[in-house]
Amino acid sequence: MSLLEIDRATLKFGGVTAVNDLSFSVEEGEVYAIVGPNGAGKSTVFNLISRFYEPYSGRISFAGENLLDRRADAVADLGIARTFQNIELFDHATVLQNLLVGRHRHRRTSMIEELLFTPRVRREERRHREVVEEVIDFLDLQPYRDKMIAGLPYGVRKVVELGRALASGPRLLLLDEPASGLSVEETQDMRWWIDDIRKQMGVTVLMVEHDMGLVAGVSDRVLALADGAKLAEGTPVEVQSDPAVIAAYLGAPADGGVA
Amino acid sequence: MRIHFKTSYDHDIRLFPDWWSFSIYAALVIVAVILPWLLGDFFLGEVTNVLIWAIAGLGLMLLTGQTGQASLGHAAFLAVGCYSCIILMEHGWPFLLAFPAAGIITGLFGTLFAIPAVRLHGIYLAIATIALSVLADDIIVLLDPWTDGVSGKFAPVIDIFGLEIERWSTPARFYWLVLAVTILCTLAYRNLLRAPLGRAFAAVRDSEVSATAMGVHIALTKAAAFGLSCAITGLAGALMGFFAGAFNNETFSITISINLLMMIVIGGLGSIHGAFFGAIVIAFLPQVLSMVTDTLGGGIAIPGLEMGVFGAILILFILFEPMGIYGRWLKIRTWLELFPFARKDMFRRQKSYLKTERLR
Repeated sequence: MSLLEIDRATLKFGGVTAVNDLSFSVEEGEVYAIVGPNGAGKSTVFNLISRFYEPYSGRISFAGENLLDRRADAVADLGIARTFQNIELFDHATVLQNLLVGRHRHRRTSMIEELLFTPRVRREERRHREVVEEVIDFLDLQPYRDKMIAGLPYGVRKVVELGRALASGPRLLLLDEPASGLSVEETQDMRWWIDDIRKQMGVTVLMVEHDMGLVAGVSDRVLALADGAKLAEGTPVEVQSDPAVIAAYLGAPADGGVA
Repeated sequence: MRIHFKTSYDHDIRLFPDWWSFSIYAALVIVAVILPWLLGDFFLGEVTNVLIWAIAGLGLMLLTGQTGQASLGHAAFLAVGCYSCIILMEHGWPFLLAFPAAGIITGLFGTLFAIPAVRLHGIYLAIATIALSVLADDIIVLLDPWTDGVSGKFAPVIDIFGLEIERWSTPARFYWLVLAVTILCTLAYRNLLRAPLGRAFAAVRDSEVSATAMGVHIALTKAAAFGLSCAITGLAGALMGFFAGAFNNETFSITISINLLMMIVIGGLGSIHGAFFGAIVIAFLPQVLSMVTDTLGGGIAIPGLEMGVFGAILILFILFEPMGIYGRWLKIRTWLELFPFARKDMFRRQKSYLKTERLR
């Protein structure tokens, strides 16, 4: 059984079909990348998994459980964490506080206990902070630990968002364009981190990415989307050389042959 | 400049980062406790007023500053707290039971109001809460059998285990009571900030989408914020009733709501200090203004002067110091601590990046 299974999902916004009869599955422990031209529906697939959008038809299941039975805020409980294409951090909080929000799904204390800050709350806090400090260590975020997000450069914010997702202790990590807007060095770092997240932490990664170098470097399998439908699926090399993918990116040549 | 060497997780959890800041706040509390021997009754009354406003400010700060939900209806919750405490006492409840009960009742009202309010954002929520402020007046009149409507009520003498507390005859005792409530509310607020719920409030304020993705239940979190905020406001309302001595349907008008909101904006949104700084401005400004008009204008009352000055101050703060007095204080402190190495643009914020608005 696959970890994440999308079965014939369709999503329509009015007359526009954003995702069209799409099926794919992600196996436990792999890095799975979704590529495609702008507007292909990549981020929409993420928003379907996060339950921000309700599919028109089809099934989505995670570890055998029907994801469509859950509210958007109950998805994290299953161990699904995500980042956003346009960075959605908590701007008026420190890096540390942002990562601690990632621990929210592990909250075990009630409001009354927290108002009184009972010993149990303190114990839980220590436990959360232990995990968060490990993530800070892993992502080299120590210099920014107590800085407000609002004053941080773009590249660091990207890493903080990855850290917040990691702090939740996920089984499946959804990365929406982890390398967009990053410099060459930062992209290289991101590549190593994704490798380590999979190998050391055993986290399955599903990512949307335009940088083909990064995709080819880290992913086991690639899904190419165009107009919300599957174009090709396979290893990075297979997908990159698929005629339909090349046509979707570069346009089909006039004589109908392969460019 | 102080450098914090952190050697354990508790460094980030404890209330005070180091001995220095602990001693400052301890000294502040000691001065506050011995204040009745230092000040005359008039100024002690003024300080009591500041503290009551600060408690109300903490309540609204929790909702508006911490959770990002604007409210122009908190005067209504002050009224609920005030009336429920005094009505319970008239039914023979001792103050020590009636006072927390008033907080809980107001908190329940707040949670009830959250049911429609969690569906509203920004300006629409502000308008809905204005309606609450306007309604409160009429509801108090309609509930005449309980509230005595237009003729109003008189606050009874507080009795704690035989110790009589009254605003005019024993101002020092009343001041200590208010001080104790202030310290407890501040502690609870502070505890919340270092616990998951407080961080969930900030998460809801800054990005509902990613808060949801992190497993934060938006509606429940907002309801908790409304409940806690209104509970604290209810306590402040009860104290306001005792401070005023007499109150009726017009005591908790929309002007009070607007003053409260102005107070936390001037003080600095999202900080405990801000509630106190704002309370000092709001409570002392009328006194300062009347002193100025007394000396300069020979006591001629200028209609609308107070509101005009309040408005001007608010506009100036929003234009030049959106972080409020607390923000300015942070800058001055950093400048002093780093002297002479502080740079002019240290607090300049980067432009924020595009947010995914369509997912709200």
